[in-house]
Amino acid sequence: MTSAGLLQIASLTKTFQQPQGEMRVLDHIDLQVEPGEFVTIIGPSGCGKSTLLKIIAGLDTGYSGTVLLGRKKIERPSIKQGVIFQEHRLFPWMTVEQNIAADLSLKDPDVRKRVAQLIETVRLQGFEKAYPRELSGGMAQRVAIARALLRKPDILLLDEPFAALDAFTRQHLQEVLLDIWRENGTTMMLVTHELDEAVYLANRVVIMSPRPGRISRIIPVDLPYPRARASASFQAIRQTVMREFEHKGEW
Amino acid sequence: MDQTTVIAAGGTASDKDHVPAEAKGKGQGRTMERTAFAEKVLHNARGWILPIVVLAVWQWVGQAGLVSPTLLPTPVAIGESFVELTLSGELLGHLQVSTTRAALGFLAGGGAGLLLGLLVGFWRKAEAALDPSLQMLRTIPHLAVAPLFILWFGFGELSKVLLIAKGAFFPLYIQTFLGIRSVDAKLIEVARVLEFSRTKMITKLIIPAALPHILLGVRLSLGISWLGLVVAELMGSSEGVGYMIVDARQFSLTSIVFVGILIFAVVGKVTDSLVRYLETKLLKWRDSYKG
Ligand SMILES: Nc1ncnc2c1ncn2[C@@H]1O[C@H](COP(=O)(O)OP(=O)(O)OP(=O)(O)O)[C@@H](O)[C@H]1O
Ligand SMILES: [Mg+2]
Repeated sequence: MTSAGLLQIASLTKTFQQPQGEMRVLDHIDLQVEPGEFVTIIGPSGCGKSTLLKIIAGLDTGYSGTVLLGRKKIERPSIKQGVIFQEHRLFPWMTVEQNIAADLSLKDPDVRKRVAQLIETVRLQGFEKAYPRELSGGMAQRVAIARALLRKPDILLLDEPFAALDAFTRQHLQEVLLDIWRENGTTMMLVTHELDEAVYLANRVVIMSPRPGRISRIIPVDLPYPRARASASFQAIRQTVMREFEHKGEW
Repeated sequence: MDQTTVIAAGGTASDKDHVPAEAKGKGQGRTMERTAFAEKVLHNARGWILPIVVLAVWQWVGQAGLVSPTLLPTPVAIGESFVELTLSGELLGHLQVSTTRAALGFLAGGGAGLLLGLLVGFWRKAEAALDPSLQMLRTIPHLAVAPLFILWFGFGELSKVLLIAKGAFFPLYIQTFLGIRSVDAKLIEVARVLEFSRTKMITKLIIPAALPHILLGVRLSLGISWLGLVVAELMGSSEGVGYMIVDARQFSLTSIVFVGILIFAVVGKVTDSLVRYLETKLLKWRDSYKG
């Protein structure tokens, strides 16, 4: 970790004012993410994973400590930090291609071309003119990913993006995401509840402990892609991650 | 919806082989189409049964001499009046005057409602300054101000148009305001993340999100404009469908009264259907319950 790092988080602490008084949600978080890395974050419900991602996204600026993206303080949301939420959050009045273009004009041949490419990337050919209501959850989430990718973000922040999907669709989207990561080299930071998903995707799994949220351990996953979930080495790492939770006694 | 859900869940990697559900429906063969058509005719026919029965009974009651024609002329007599008035050009003349009044009132009142709704919706300072007063004015009954308007502006066109405008103002004002303020905060977050400019925020997010409300406002405003027109014309005028009714009543030409009422009903319905048509065109992205 001697290089500059794309994302540098140092003693990040976040407290919320709540009726019962102050509540410390994140406590001295230190984390560096290298360009091109795939980091997954896993931890019990309420440990502050979404809060952490919101801060990196620039949607929450009331914290202490430093959060730098490319050495610059994050002060507001920007297209440099792509965000994928648990719900697809597409604009219901726009078709698939309009949603991907969003504020950009499809009349611009450059935009048109990029949109068409991305529709191919997320495997939605034939659905360019469909409205969100005509899409399944998995398809809609792929549109959301394409919409973020069109902006060529330095980092893509994904907050439990596949949690609402069934197991088949989830695995399919994991492959789509890995393909995108390999092809574009976009740095990925993904929050999940799924042990399997965390280990399957990541270069490093960040494990958080609850109340106040701290990083309890970071486990590197040095397995080549594509990974076999059934392999002994995969299962061994999965066990390590699982034991970390058992130590904490809370899941 | 079900169809697409199944596609994504089952055929993990091959969605491109499937066509959207809509396109699929079209190729289902002619038998389907024919039964669908027959069903539609049947569905519409069901709505006609009651009116036809009522008309038949009504005609019979009149012909049998059970009620006096000055109280309740028969449907056939009303039809004859209608043809007569149409051929003489009288009806068209009155209708033109009436629709012009209603349109002017609607445009003035509805337009002002839309503009102020946008202003108050987008700008909190305008809300603080204007909304309380406007809400207060809203509670004044529409019809109660009619005598006052006549007192101030006389029996001429101005008082009529203003009365209609007052009615048309509030639905559009309230719905526009409401539409802008009920934009989903989650979508606003998305727009911030995607760095929408202020203009794009308005044109690509807020206006489309508010459009269902605004169109509802247009429909309600049109309805009230028409109502205001009837009141204005019945209270005193020298032309228009309302005048035709009042005039006919003085001479006990009840069938003409009926023609006037029918015209009011039909034109009201037609304008409403027009807006509904506009809704289906502009809001085709919506996924709503269709019964
Ligand atoms: N806007 C807020 N105001 C007050 N408290 C908040 C706010 N947002 C989150 N919290 C609190 O902060 C804590 C962490 O929330 P956060 O949503 O980050 O958890 P999480 O790890 O994402 O949980 P989950 O896995 O259930 O999504 C929770 O206890 C929550 O109640
Ligand atoms: Mg969360």
